[in-house]
Parts: sequence; C-alpha cells; structure tokens
Amino acid sequence: MSEQSTNSSAPAGGLLKWLDDRYPLISTWNEHVAQYYAPKNFNFWYFFGSLALLVLVNQFVTGIWLTMSYKPSAAEAFNSIEYIMRDVEWGWLIRYMHTTGASAFFIVVYLHMTRALLYGSYKQPRELVWLIGMLIFVVLMAEAFMGYMLPWGQMSYWGAQVIISLFSAIPLVGPDLALWIRGDYIISDATLNRFFALHVIALPLVLVILVFMHIVALHKVGSNNPDGIEIKKYKDVQGLPLDGIAFHPYYTVKDSFGAVFFMILFALVVFYLPEGGGYFIEAPNFEPADPLKTPDHIAPVWYFTPFYAILRAVPDKFFGVVAMGASIAVLFAMPWLDRCKVKSIRYRGYSYKLLLTMFLISFVVLGVLGALPSTPTYTKLAQIFTILYFAFFIILPFTSVNERTKPVPERTT
Amino acid sequence: MSEVKTIETVNMKRRQVLAGATGVVGAIGATFAAVPFVGSWQPSEKAKAAGAPVDADISAMQPGQMMTLSWRGKPVWVVRRTPDMLERLSALDEFLRDPLSNDSLQPDYCKNPMRAINAEYLVVVGICTHLGCAPLYRPAVNSPDMAANWRGGFFCPCHGSSFDLAGRVFRSVPAPTNLEIPPHRFLSETRIRIGEDTQEGGQA
Repeated sequence: MSEQSTNSSAPAGGLLKWLDDRYPLISTWNEHVAQYYAPKNFNFWYFFGSLALLVLVNQFVTGIWLTMSYKPSAAEAFNSIEYIMRDVEWGWLIRYMHTTGASAFFIVVYLHMTRALLYGSYKQPRELVWLIGMLIFVVLMAEAFMGYMLPWGQMSYWGAQVIISLFSAIPLVGPDLALWIRGDYIISDATLNRFFALHVIALPLVLVILVFMHIVALHKVGSNNPDGIEIKKYKDVQGLPLDGIAFHPYYTVKDSFGAVFFMILFALVVFYLPEGGGYFIEAPNFEPADPLKTPDHIAPVWYFTPFYAILRAVPDKFFGVVAMGASIAVLFAMPWLDRCKVKSIRYRGYSYKLLLTMFLISFVVLGVLGALPSTPTYTKLAQIFTILYFAFFIILPFTSVNERTKPVPERTT
Repeated sequence: MSEVKTIETVNMKRRQVLAGATGVVGAIGATFAAVPFVGSWQPSEKAKAAGAPVDADISAMQPGQMMTLSWRGKPVWVVRRTPDMLERLSALDEFLRDPLSNDSLQPDYCKNPMRAINAEYLVVVGICTHLGCAPLYRPAVNSPDMAANWRGGFFCPCHGSSFDLAGRVFRSVPAPTNLEIPPHRFLSETRIRIGEDTQEGGQA
C-alpha cells in the first residue's frame, strides 16, 4: 500500500505519465476508487447505490437510442412508439429496457433510502449526502413523470392532466402557473414538446450533476455501515482505517456480483413481463390520448401511488396537495427530526424499530391503496395510513431524544 | 514600482462595496435575461387563437341523453334534463357545497339554481374542478355502479368527486367548486353554439 499511498504522481512513464502531468488522473482514481476506504462490513443493503448508477446508465443509453425514432408531437407520438415497437430493429428491446429501467430505478432507490433509514446514514456528518440524495429523488420523480407522458396514451394524457392540475391548487397564482406549465389551455402538443425537452436534456443534466455531488459529498465524510460507527476512529500505522477496505478491488468485485444478479432479474422482466403486470406500463396507455374521455380508473405508475393515496385521502383540493407535498418534503428533515445519537437500528431502542416498521408498512399500504379505485372504505383506510405515515415524523423527535439504546461497539462486528 | 498589496493596504470596505454593486447589477441583468425564457412557456399566439365557437344540433336528443362536444380541446356536455331530474335538483341544496354557484365559474345568465339558459338543457364543461379528469354521467338515482344513496349526477372516477345534474358539487368531496359553465347561446330551438355569449357581440 505504502508505495502508492498519498503519492499522486504517476510512477509509470509514457502515455499515462503524459496524461497525469496534465490531468489529475491517478490521484482522482486513488481518492475515489483504489484508495477510498469503505467499511468492511457492508451487507446486502449496500448494493443499491451502485445499482442505481447502473440503472442510470441504462436509462441514458436506451433513452438516447429511443430519441432516434421517437416523434415528440401530439399527432405522431403514439404512432412513433408503435413504430419503435414493431418496425425499428430491436426497438422493442430498447424501449422495454427503458420502461423497465424506470421502474427498476425506483425499486433500487426506495431500497437505497430504506437502507439509510435502517442504519441512520442521514445523520451527522452525512446530512448533505441525504439532502442531495433527496433532491435526486425529487428530480427523478419529475423525470419519470415527464417520461410517462411521452407515449401520449390515455394514462400519459390524464396522468399529466391530474399532476399539472395539482399546481392550480396553489392560492392566487395557481391557475396561471398551471397554464404556464402546460403552455396551452389544455394538455396539448406544446406541453408534450416541452416535457420532451425537459425529459431528455434538462433533467438528466441536473440528475448527473446531483449524482456527482452525492458521491463527492459521500467520499468527503466516508460511508456509513450496518453498525453505524465511524471507521475513521481506529487507524493503523499508515493512517488507514482498521475496519476499512479499499473500494477497489473489494467493493468493485462485490458490486459487480450484485450487478450481474440484478441484470438477470432485469432481463427476466424485460423478456417475460415487460408491462410488469400492468404496473410498469398501464393498460390504458395502449390507447391513444383522448382529451374528451378519462379512463374509468386512473392510477399513476406504481412508484407514485403512495403519494397519490395521500392526495386522495384528503377531501379538499388545496390541503390534499399540501399533504402530498409535505409527505415528500418532510423526508428532507430526517437528519434533524431524528435526535438519537445512535445511528444503526441494531443498537437503537424499540421506539425507533416500532416507528420505522409502522412507517414502512404505511408506505407500502398507501402504495397499494393508491393503485386501487377510490371507494369509501379504501379512502378511510388511506386516511388512517396517511396519519400513520406522518405520525412517524411527528413522534420521532420526541422519542428519539431519550431513546433506550444498546451499547454501540467500538469496531465493526 | 507599485506598492505591494497587503491586507493592511487594501481598502476592504471599497472592495466590498464594488463587489456588492457588481453583484446587484449582475442579478438585475440576469433577471431581465430570464424574461424571454420564462415568457417562452406562455401559451403561443396559435394556442390563444384556437378558440373558435362550436355549433351543435340538439334536435335529436332524447330526454335524459347526454352529448359530448369538443370546444377548445375540452369536453363540453349537453344534457337534456327530464322534468323529473329538474324537480330533484331543487331538493338538494343541503347536500351541496355551493348551491347558489357563488364561488363557481359560469356566465351571469347561468347563475341560477338550474345553471342554464333553458332549464331543460344543461351545458357544462366536462372537466372536474379538482384535478381535471372527465367525470362520468350517472343520471339515475341509486345507479348500480355508484355508492349507496347516489342522487344522480356526475361522478369523477379519479378522486371520487360528485356533482348533481346541474354540475353543482356535493359536500365532502375533493372538488372545491361546481363544474364550469361555458359561454353559450341558442341559435334556434335546435341549434346551440358553445363559446359565444348570449348577448350580441360578446365572445368568451
């Protein structure tokens, strides 16, 4: 280790040296990969960060290829998708990889966020990692929403109608704001065209910048781990953490294994279940958009249903939108709502275990309810679980301050 | 030879003022530069112009029948209400959020309990005032696919808002106001024009 540590100049000559004299190639590689020390006790939950990156790359590559055949106009969009599916060589595969990738992205990101909640990865000193991650999540939702509009099917149209109408609930400026977003008095060609621009250029650019910042912030403070302890506390004579291992080759190999396993599952969906049972691509979206007729049952794609259920649970337009916005916004405050010093759930008290279980169950139940049609019984249920969802954030600051925790080990277990 | 700049010889105060002033001017410039980009998202002249009135022949409508027209890309419904339906409407006030349409959008000549020029024909924009879905027409009392005590009207499947046969919103549903009544007028007994006011020369 010693012959390469901290020395950023290239030992080799030739091209590598030429490059390294002009660009911090080797030092960057060392700082973020070869000599980035991550805790040695990463478990299953730690696959999802690198998997999110993998899915992002998938979305970029397939997305670029889709734009080569897609027509962003109300008159041609629907048919151009069918053209991609039927006439473009391998078009079906590239499109299904993109649509499945969207759902995979959210599966991976939700598990990645669950990991943070389990092991306290949002806590001091990683608040910024969490905040940037939350921004990524919000931009990802916008990206997915705009992408879903592009096929110009019935769900594309009416989904966009509902989501853009959310802005009209804002007092005073709301209706003008919704008009400004649509660029027309109804969802139209203008809306589709601008959402295409945002979906393929603006938001991906923002996503890449945020992902870069997410990783830079993480590498500044170092990764958390299932024990929730700081590995920087105990170092060997060379100043390397005793409980750390170099990201490369140890975690590159581990993450490659995870990536291969993930790709097997991904391929199974792409080839055998590309519509995800009507949840990844909903049935009404195989019908062209009809501005005069709403499908009998409209539900957003599965990854939005928990928030949608919260919206529907409140029988008031303005407060429904506020509740839905708050259900996402409150997550940003996690590092400050949770006042317990102990990070990992392994050593935390029953109150947090109970609260987190309640929160995760509420999230899943709301997700199921949001996909079902609204009936009085389901609305009642959605109201109960909306209260439980928010109860997590309201109770947590009080219980976490005096939590009965277990002793935290000094070193990883 | 100019003197060497040190923290003591630099006039920090002046520097701050100059930097601050530059920042303010820059911010004002950036705001002006943003105007065309923000303004570019407003509806285009083409979109604003596409608002021509629509005519429809209503002579073939049966009592209780609904017809859907497209005006400015929006669904507009014409419902020929039966005397029975009209009678039921007047008994609903206590279940309605805005029975007199004080907080709702309609031309003045339709701000009456039946929300119509001619009570027999309801003309209404078929877009839920909650989040913009097109509600379903379920005129029958206790319609089989509706919840118990259904009073007849429109039901929005998206978020469960319900309206009576005058487009008036019921209480405890998410929609805040009654369905919008578009400007319209009768050209004759059997022809109706959507998008033009009853008064001469007036156009929405």
